[in-house]
Parts: sequence; C-alpha cells; structure tokens
Amino acid sequence: MSNSSAFVRTEMLPPMAPPVSQAGAVKWLRENLFSGPLNTILTLLGVGAVALLFWEFAPWFWRSVWNANSLTECRQIIEERYGAGATGACWAVIKERWPQYLFGFYPSHLYWRPVLAFALMCVAVAPVLYPQLPKKMMWFTLIYPAIGFWLLWGGSIWVPVVALAGLPIGYLAARIILPIGGAILATIAAIVVPVVWWLFLALPVELALEAMIPASIEQVRSREFGGFVLAFTIGFTAIAFSLPLGILLALGRQSDMFIVNKLSVGFIEFIRGVPLITLLFTASLLLNYFLPPGTDFDIILRVIIMVTLFAAAYIAEVIRGGLAALPKGQYEAAASLGLDYWKATRLIIMPQALKISIPGIVSTFIGLFKDTTLVVFVGLLDPLKGITDAVRASTDWKGVYWEPYIFVGTIFFFICFGMSRYSMYLERKLKTDHR
Amino acid sequence: MKKSVFLGTLAATTLFAGIAAAQSTLETVKARGELNCGVNTGLVGFAAPDANGNWQGFDVAVCKAVAAAVLGDASKVVYIPTTSADRFEQLTSGKIDFLVRNSTWTYSRDNDLKMDFVGVNYYDGQGFMVRKDLGVSSAKELDGATVCIQTGTTTELNLADYFKANNMTYTAVPVETNAEGEQQYIAGACDAYTTDASGLAATRAAFADPENHIILPEIISKEPLGPAVRHGDNQWGDIIRWTLNALIAAEEYGVTSANIDELATSSQNPEVQRLLGSSDDLGAMMGLDKEWAKRAIKASGNYGEIFEATIGSATPIGLARGLNAQWTQGGLLYAPPFR
Repeated sequence: MSNSSAFVRTEMLPPMAPPVSQAGAVKWLRENLFSGPLNTILTLLGVGAVALLFWEFAPWFWRSVWNANSLTECRQIIEERYGAGATGACWAVIKERWPQYLFGFYPSHLYWRPVLAFALMCVAVAPVLYPQLPKKMMWFTLIYPAIGFWLLWGGSIWVPVVALAGLPIGYLAARIILPIGGAILATIAAIVVPVVWWLFLALPVELALEAMIPASIEQVRSREFGGFVLAFTIGFTAIAFSLPLGILLALGRQSDMFIVNKLSVGFIEFIRGVPLITLLFTASLLLNYFLPPGTDFDIILRVIIMVTLFAAAYIAEVIRGGLAALPKGQYEAAASLGLDYWKATRLIIMPQALKISIPGIVSTFIGLFKDTTLVVFVGLLDPLKGITDAVRASTDWKGVYWEPYIFVGTIFFFICFGMSRYSMYLERKLKTDHR
Repeated sequence: MKKSVFLGTLAATTLFAGIAAAQSTLETVKARGELNCGVNTGLVGFAAPDANGNWQGFDVAVCKAVAAAVLGDASKVVYIPTTSADRFEQLTSGKIDFLVRNSTWTYSRDNDLKMDFVGVNYYDGQGFMVRKDLGVSSAKELDGATVCIQTGTTTELNLADYFKANNMTYTAVPVETNAEGEQQYIAGACDAYTTDASGLAATRAAFADPENHIILPEIISKEPLGPAVRHGDNQWGDIIRWTLNALIAAEEYGVTSANIDELATSSQNPEVQRLLGSSDDLGAMMGLDKEWAKRAIKASGNYGEIFEATIGSATPIGLARGLNAQWTQGGLLYAPPFR
C-alpha cells in the first residue's frame, strides 16, 4: 500500500500564457481587422488611405508659419526653410486676424464685454445643465438674457430692466385677477398686460428712468458684430428660446383644441417646408418693404427670431416623437392621480418625453449652431465665410484658402463635440431603466 | 419666461427705433450724421477691412469722399457689406444710401431694378487667365477649353456669348466665389479662369508663381463699374455723381490732397476756383456748402491718387490705368465742366 500510491501532484502547475494568437493585441487585430480575406483587404486599403492622406498633408502642417505679415512673406519663409517649391500652412493669417475671427468689428477697447457676457453665460447655463448646483442660481439664469443683451449691445441699462419688468408685471396682474375673474381671465391678463406694457408704456418709462438716473455704457451696433461673437449670440439665443417654444408647439400639436392644434401644425409644417436661407432673406430683405421706411429693426434680432422659429419647428417634431413614445398608461395614471393638464405635463409627461428626445434635441441644436454660418448670405460676417472673405480681400492675405476654413472648422468641431458629449452624459445620468 | 424677455426686447427695439418721416436722402443722411454706404463684403483693392476693422479700397474711397462732401467728415461712414445677391435690394429698400460695390452698369439694372447709376468709377472688362505652359496667346485659341466661371454673374453670360460668336466650344466648371475659382484653377480643374480683368490681375498677383500664368489680351465685355442710387431722388443722385466728377476733375486740373489748400487760395484757373469753392457757390445748387468738393478731394486725394494707393502699379495688384486714364491721356475719364 505504502509503495503503490498513484501519482499525485502536490503543487499546482504555474498557469501558462495563452497562445500568442489568442491574446493581447494580436488577438484583437485578428478578430477585428484580419478576420477574413475581405476584412483583410479592407483593412489594408484603409491603412493605405490613411497613410496617403498623412503623406499628403502632414508635411503641409509640419511646415507651418506662424509669424508673418502677409502671404508672400509666409511663402518666402517656407522657401528659405524648406527649399524652393515647398508648400506649407500659413497660420500667420489666423494670428494676425484672430481678434477679427473672434469679435468681428466689435470695438477693440470693448472686447471685455463679450468675454464677460460669455463667462456669465456659462454661469447662467450651469444650473440648467447640472442639477446638483444650488437651485437659487436659476434666478441668475432668468435675468441673464437682460444682462447679456446689455453687455453685448450696451446703451442704457434701463432698456433691459424695463423689458424684463414686463414679466413680474404680468405675474402680478395674473395674481390680482385670479381671485376676481378666475383662471382664464388671469391667463389672458398674464399675456395682455405685459404686451401692453412693452408696446405702450415701456418706452416712456425707460426714458423717464434714464432721465432720472442715467446709467449707460457705450453702445455697440449690430453691424459691428461678427465672427464667433455673432455665431455665439445667434446660436445660443436661438437654442435657449427654441426649446421652450418647441415644447409648446409639440404640446399644441397634440392638443384637442382645434385652433391651437391647426395653428401648431400649420406653423411647424410651413417652417419645416421652407429652407432656412429663405427665412433669412425674408428677415433681411422682404421685411424692409413692409416696415415703414427708416425703421431700424435690428438685423441680428431679426435673424435670431427666424433661426429660433426654424429650430423650434424641428424641436417640436423631435419632442412629439418623445411624446408618442410614452405609453398611454402614463397619461391615464397622471389623470387618475387628479393632476390637471399642466401639472401632469410638467411632472409626469415632459420629464419622460424630454429624456427620450435628448439625442434628437441635441442634434437639432448642433445643426442650429452650425447653421449660424448661413447668416453670411444676408451680409452678416459669420466666422466661416464672412470674416474669411473679408480677410482674403486684403492685399496681404489674398490667396489664403485652406487655413481659415481649417481653423474655423476646428473651433466648430470642438463646440459641437462638447454638446454631443454633454448629451451622452445626460442620457447616462437620466437612465432609470435596467436594460 | 425667457420667451417673454425675448419678445420684450423685440418690442422695445421696435419702439426705440422710431419711425423717420419720409424725407429726402440728403436730409436723412444729415439728420443721421452718418452715411450708410453699401460696399463689397470683400474684394481685393476695392473694399476690404484691415486687421483693425477699418475699411479701405477704391470703392471705399468714394464713400469717404461723399461723406466728406455731405457731412464734412470722411470718417462718418457706416460700411454695410453687401453680397452680390442682396446688394440691389439693400439699396431699393433703403438700408443703404448708395451702393458702390463694383456693380456693372447695365440697361436692365438701371431701368428694371429702379436704380440710377450715376457714373463710372472703374472701367473693367472680362478677361482670361491661363497657364503659360498651355501655349495659348489669344482667347481665340481657347476652343474646347475648360473654363472656371462664377455662376450667376454677367461674366457667365459674356463667356457664352463670346464663344458662340467665335464659333468655339468650351466646358464650364462652375464655381461659387473668386477664392474657389482660384483654387480650382490652381488645382488644374480648368484650363482658363475668367472674371473681370481687375480681379484676374489681383488673383494672379496672389499666386505663388505668378510668372507661370498669363492674362490673355482679349477683353470680351464692357463692365463699367459705378455707384448707384435709388430712383426718384435726383438731388441725392447729383451729389454722388458730382462728388465722383470732382475727384476726376481734380486729377485733370492737378489738384491733389497735398496742394489743395494752396490751390484753393492761389490758383488762377477759374475752373479750379469754382471746383474748390474759391469763387462762385456751386455747392448751394445741390444743397451743400461752398467747400464740399474741397473736402471730398481731401478725404483720400483725387481720382489718380486713390487709384495709385489702392489698385495702381505700386500696389501688389498692379493695375495699369488703361481705360481709366484721363481723356487727355487716352482714357475714358471725362468729367463735365464745373460751371
């Protein structure tokens, strides 16, 4: 017995490394890039294409010139460094015209104002984007449009103050009417009173206030806007206003009330059926024929209105998709809890519908932001083409072609990519199901 | 909530804008204290903002001269960049007081579009640029060529007319802008690039290898470029027309921005005296003061000075005077007498 024991290993064998072809980078390459003849060919073609592009463009980027006063000087520097016939990127144009790309023709001693407006805008949107921030910051968000307007355009501070005053006035009117006349009259008062205020009372009140307490900063006119200040002004204002408008339109389209429903459908279908350029031309040219001669209805404001309406129509359809995706039971459950229409919409329906719609909404916003470059067709100096054409028209920089496009395109990419990443973060955060 | 703020701003802006009563352009401009001048969004040598946002160029100089004549200050100009698509609407709808944007004076524009061209500040014409190694020395040899051409311009029509008249064929490569046309031409997408001769010269000057490109001698169209005003306000049209004439006449009589003060007091030439307001009172006839022309000429010099400073042979664009020389030098510039 003692001599006939079977072989028993007493210690564990050390684990062996997996075969080379089944681990690490090789496995990944085999599985993902060379899994079959077709994929191998496609991989090689892809690598070839990338290498070709790199071969073509890398030297051009490598031979960049950052310090020069004209394109001719750029070319001289490149020839001196890399020999005759060499080509390279002339980023000196961006360096020299950098302020123009950012601010357009905004007076240079006032550059701090758009910068401050931008910084404050970041503060204002923060509580909207990140709910963990204190709720009180929302008050700043609410008054930010007035601050931003004042900083960008300047003039008397009483203009935005008086304009903003319409809101509490409407609210007060509603509160006063509510016990006397009921909900419908209160709603009408909340709309009519501010409109009356803005149309007839705001101007004399503003002038009186300005006469009593003058508080003005230097005025900047719309024609001096350009570059990214213009793109941001139009883009972000339109984004901020098109979402609420789009929600209202989407609700209107779902409404059982005949007029509300038909108006919403008509508006959405009309706006979506017309190219944005048409709307911009209408804003810049056609309106002039209807307005009294000499009326100076600000061109940027007109463009913002048109872009907002345009985006709102698309947002409305995106949100309608979200609403349609909600099971009917959600509406019924809300009703069975005794919630009225607005409460149900605010507490039950919209949070879910908006969550579903996030990717579509953000796509629309990204599209909107990029569409701000179309304002070049109504003579505004957008960064991509308006400023670039102006820069190219100087004798120093005529002949520069790719550099401005690449530069502006890169900035647009980072902004749009940022929006896209934020929407993915938001989707992850709001994900409540367990799929 | 936000929407209401927005509407409020809108309403406020509309209100504060105020409504100007219908009055003559001259009164409007004087009341405003600024001249709204429609210029190109950017054309080398003719109108372009520099790095500080100051507009410069051949067309811009006309704006400055008019502002100096009417408002007494050449800097009181609001330059409104206009595109080729919206320039005439900007004028007819009253957004700009006059247009000086290398626009060709044609019959239909003058009549159908309700504008008045008040003169010509540059006589241009359409030409061709080709690579030297193409071995072509005349536009007549371009049969079968591919031609880069900006769409929607008079040049496109001229090109078709020219090739048809000479019984030749061509393939058009449509491009949207001048910059794009240059790029296509350099990349070899077309044998020839055609646009106004002034534009060709500027384009060629900006190439890395201008010596390898030639501009063919044929000019296939007439492109008189000039300032335009709205129909119906003849006084304003006269002011623009005679400001331009004053610049041209000043060159003819040797009045420059350097010697103008001296000539204003000492010149024995009665025409110069009338022009500069030393004798007679010509300005009053069109609602201006005596020294309007003197200020206009002082703004950026006489026609010749403006030409040399912006597009002339000393600049990178290097245009010769050609048709734009004084009539005494064999050109077409011929200012009517000031009397």
